[in-house]
Parts: sequence; structure tokens; C-alpha cells
Amino acid sequence: MSLNLVIVGAGPAGLAAAWSASQSNANITLIDQYDQAGGQIWRGGANYAPKRYQHLFAQQTTLRYLSKTHMLGADADHLFLATPNGPQQLAFDRLILANGARELFLPFPGWTLPKVLGVGGLQALVKGGLQIAGKNIVVAGSGPLLVAVASQLKQRGTIIKAVVEQAPLGQLLRFGRSLAGYPTKIVQAAQSLASLRNTPFYPNAWVVAAEGDGAVQQLRLSNHQIIECDYLACSWGLIANSELAQQLGCTVEHGSVLVDRSQQTSVNHVYAAGELTGIGGEDKAIIEGQIAGFAATGNYHAASQLANKQAQARQFSQQLATSFALRPELRQLAQANTLVCRCEDVAFEQLQHQPSWRSAKLQTRCGMGVCQGRVCSGATQYLFGWGQDSVRFPLHPVSVADLVMESV
Amino acid sequence: MKQIHISINGTRYHVAEHSNLAAVLMDNTIANRRSVTGEPRMAVCGMGSCGECRVTINQQAHQLACLQQCYEGMEVQCEP
Repeated sequence: MSLNLVIVGAGPAGLAAAWSASQSNANITLIDQYDQAGGQIWRGGANYAPKRYQHLFAQQTTLRYLSKTHMLGADADHLFLATPNGPQQLAFDRLILANGARELFLPFPGWTLPKVLGVGGLQALVKGGLQIAGKNIVVAGSGPLLVAVASQLKQRGTIIKAVVEQAPLGQLLRFGRSLAGYPTKIVQAAQSLASLRNTPFYPNAWVVAAEGDGAVQQLRLSNHQIIECDYLACSWGLIANSELAQQLGCTVEHGSVLVDRSQQTSVNHVYAAGELTGIGGEDKAIIEGQIAGFAATGNYHAASQLANKQAQARQFSQQLATSFALRPELRQLAQANTLVCRCEDVAFEQLQHQPSWRSAKLQTRCGMGVCQGRVCSGATQYLFGWGQDSVRFPLHPVSVADLVMESV
Repeated sequence: MKQIHISINGTRYHVAEHSNLAAVLMDNTIANRRSVTGEPRMAVCGMGSCGECRVTINQQAHQLACLQQCYEGMEVQCEP
């Protein structure tokens, strides 16, 4: 009987894992919450992915794709899923977690106004048809995504009023020099920067407040500039979606799932690849996904041949973390009445004297709304140093009717 | 691109087929929902994580607009 391999997440890491695993005779199930495969980087469907991954869907013989499916939880050999047709239990022999990362949002006055959204968030909506030609947009926060997205938006006719990066210039220049070891990345960075040559770029600066009536209209920056805009795209880097891994008992350190050279986590037969193991972008995701796919199907020789590229990708990931480390001043942005938890509208002043995440949840409902802490846990970790002490079922909201069916 | 019709809060809109619903709402400056203290909210993460974009679609509540493609006859209701 062939091996049941389940891959969670159909972005670059998940598709790369599926491709490697398809070299064996494993039964592969690929799960994603979106209807099309591709993840955030190849959003728009598998046809945006490299050819070899498109073939996975052309064959349809060994691969089953479960789209629009949310993870509710997991035990040692089953996943619990919310599919469009109701709940489902899925048994696995091997599991590869490739469910990526989300943007880190930090609270500042006005961050809950409509049309203040993530940098990747805006990029996703633009890919989904948001009309941004002729609109005034500020891209702010931190990380290489800022320049990449600003450049893409500008090519679609947006007026980029400014790119505002909290990291100091010296740190950014050191990061630029470190790209010398990664020729494809240096070409991408150079192309993005060239397209932004007439765009104001403020390093060492950040948005201190967004203001507007019904939607954002104006921003105040730490360098005392005031900028009018139609949209503010703002996020402070990426954080791994490690909740499912935590529920499975995988060791997570400093927000990243720990893996060995074959991408296996601390739990036997459970592998992790891509942003989950440390933010590093597309190249790292593909290499780690390939290794996980080979290793999970017993093809250790093929996995070991990618060791050099894996080491290089991990080194790049560490450089990213150092270069875009968040500065302490950002902890002072939230005012007493600034909301920190946007699901339950819990303000900074309600939280600042709480001793822990658990206490904050019990006393204020912070982190207990629809997002289940996916937004505010990152913020409170940064603001107050709180960590999540447990991750409970269900990971995503589910109707009681579905839960009742589940137990029948 | 093929145009289709959807209804938002009872009004008909022409949109490109397969447009992302959260993008359509933002384009038209229609708040997806009200927060527990009454603030208007629109999509933030764009990838099904934050839940700010939730709306009622064909009478099914709490659907994430950012994970939905528009289709002919889709009926969308936002919190007033």
C-alpha cells in the first residue's frame, strides 16, 4: 500500500514538496484555503508557478487538491478540516506543513481605518482586481516586501507617495551588500529600485498616525512629514503561521518551527518547509519544500543533494532577520485609546498592565475574536513580550452545526 | 474581460468575472462590517487570516470576502 502524504499549503513550499513527492508512488493530498494553488507569491493560480508545478495539476493521477479548506486542528495521525462540503477527518502517514506566514501588524493611531491594510494584503487585492491606477499610495513598515510591492504598484500606474522603512539606512546598505552572494535576488532588487528612482524613500522613518473620515486620507510620519493618500499599505515583516505546528507538538523557537536537515520537525513524520521554519522568501521555500517532499517519501539521496542550497537559503533568512530587526521606538506608537485587538476592540490601556497573554484573554477578550489572535498575538508579543501558552482547537472559526456533524 | 453582475447591499454592480470580492468592496468604499464598537472595517491581510473582511454571501454569514471570487448572481450583504 502506498504512503498517504498530506501537504498543508499550496504555495511555493507546498508545490515544491508535492513535486518531489510525486517522483515516488505516494498518495498526495494538497490542502489550501484558497480556491487556486499558488499561495501568496504565485497568487492567481498554478499557471503563475514554474512549469514543473503546473504539470502536477495536469496529471491529476497521484495528486488530490483540496481547495477552500481550512485547518481546524490535528492529532498524531489525523487532520481535522473545514471543507466547503463540511468537516472532514483526513488520515496521514506523513505530513508536510507548508502553510506559510502572515504579515506582522503593529498598532498605531488610525491603523484600523478602512484602506489601511497590509503590504502583502494590498498586493493580493490588486491581483484580485483592485483598481489602483492614479491612486496615491504610501507603502510603509519594514522588510524587502515594501520595495517589491511599491515597484509593482508603480508599474500598474499608482502614484507611490513614499516608501517608509523603519530600518536605518546603514543597515539597509549592509543588507544590499550581503545580496552579492545571491545573484537572482540582486537583479530583482535592482529592478525594483530602478523603477522607484523618482519615488521618495524614507529609511529610519515610520508612520506615527493615520487620519481620515471613513477611510484613510492623511498620514503623519516620524520625520514630521504629512502625506495625503488614498491607501496606506503597512506591515512590519512576516510571522510564521505556526499554530498548527504547535498543536501537533512541534518545537517552535522564536516564532519558527525547528527542523533538521531533512526538514523534519521535532515530531516524527511531520515536516515543515518555507516561511514556517524562518522567513526567507520564495527561493528558501522551494528548496525546503523539495527536500521535505523527497525526505517524506524516503528519497534521502535526492534530499541530501540540495543541502548546499538549503544552507545558503537559511543564511539569507538570518540576514533578513538582522537587517530588518524592529526598533524599540515602535513600541511607543500605540496611544492609550489605540485598539490593539481589532476583533474585540480592546485598547492599549486595557492591556498594558496585564501580566500575560492568558490573563489578557480572560480579562479583556483580547485575542478571542474571529482571528483567534492571528493579528494581535504578533503585536502583543512585540509590545509586551507575551507568548501563546497553548493553541486550542479549532484553529479557525467553525459553525456549531459542523462540529456536531463531526462527532457523529 | 467578461463582466458579471453581483448585488451588494441590494444594489447591482458590474464587475469583472473572478474579481476578488474584498477588492470590489474596497474599490467602491463599502465597509465590509462594523466592529464591536461600531467602527467601519475593510480588508486588511488579504489572505484569510485577520477576518476583518467578513460579509454575508447568499445569506451565509461570516464569509471572508478576500477568499471569494465574484460570480454571476452573488448576493453580498455588509453590516450597515
